[in-house]
Amino acid sequence: MLDADFFHRWMTAAAGLVDRDAGRLTELDSAIGDADHGSNLQRGFAAVSAALAKEPPQTPGAVLTLAGRQLISTVGGASGPLYGTLLRRTGKALGDAPAVSPADLARALGEGVAAVAQLGGAQAGDKTMLDALLPAVDALGTSFAAGRDAAREGAEATVPLRARKGRASYLGERSVGHQDPGATSAALLIAALADTARSAGGGA
Amino acid sequence: MSAGAQVGIVLVSHSGPVAESVAELARGLAAGGATAPVAAAGGTRAGGLGTSSELIAKAAGEVDAGAGVAVLVDLGSAVLTVKAMLAEGDELPAGTRLVDAPFVEGAVAAVVTASAGGDLDAVEAAAAEAYDYRKA
Repeated sequence: MLDADFFHRWMTAAAGLVDRDAGRLTELDSAIGDADHGSNLQRGFAAVSAALAKEPPQTPGAVLTLAGRQLISTVGGASGPLYGTLLRRTGKALGDAPAVSPADLARALGEGVAAVAQLGGAQAGDKTMLDALLPAVDALGTSFAAGRDAAREGAEATVPLRARKGRASYLGERSVGHQDPGATSAALLIAALADTARSAGGGA
Repeated sequence: MSAGAQVGIVLVSHSGPVAESVAELARGLAAGGATAPVAAAGGTRAGGLGTSSELIAKAAGEVDAGAGVAVLVDLGSAVLTVKAMLAEGDELPAGTRLVDAPFVEGAVAAVVTASAGGDLDAVEAAAAEAYDYRKA
């Protein structure tokens, strides 16, 4: 079972991966966006880490709800409300159970991803974070490692796509040939989950 | 039209100066004395381009007089942040509504209507109607 501490470590791991890859995310975003994705998420996840450290929530759902709220209030770009909604809705779906199973998490994450799709009005193939998250949610039913691989492959598969949402969509055909920054950071979030599960010795 | 409190208007832009200027424009065109409360929530807390949920919540709190708050937004994160805040349910005053309208024209229509005592439905309808005016 996955307890609040597991979710706390997942968020800390995500902050670490975002830190490590912030330059790359911003570089991808400068090709088709406004060159702030890495620094925005870095600021957001730093705030998440600080908030969780200050007053560690007692349930998995509360960890994700607090994290989501921090992202909405600190990121400043569209990824704030999108990732914030993802984590908050997933947290709400987990309820107040003191620990949840990997299957519970996969189901809750599915609800979170659906909320992101509704908020942004995007669907699979629009060259957004959903292109990493949708296959990840499907594969998480198998294992955390499968989820991580599916998210990474989904992000890589955005390269030939034409953007249909956000600033990149104004570029039309010129958005083709670049990996989507949002799908790339979404794959980092799932990779952080798989890393956390692996170091916990279970799950993967 | 209610005789009591006026609907408050919040203008959320990616840019602080855009939000402030549109608020000033709308107040100026509404003219004729006191206007309904209007607050700008543009840019990030640090003054950069982007959206701040804290500035939005603060602006909504300032203009809320109990008759509802109409929020108009421009692009991208401005739209998504307000939608995400409304989904949360406790960061914005009760009776806060995201109004689907062109930012500048909608803001003018909203402030004029609210200043004349229109309720939230009337303000929303006036702002949305600004989409119907074709320029070419």
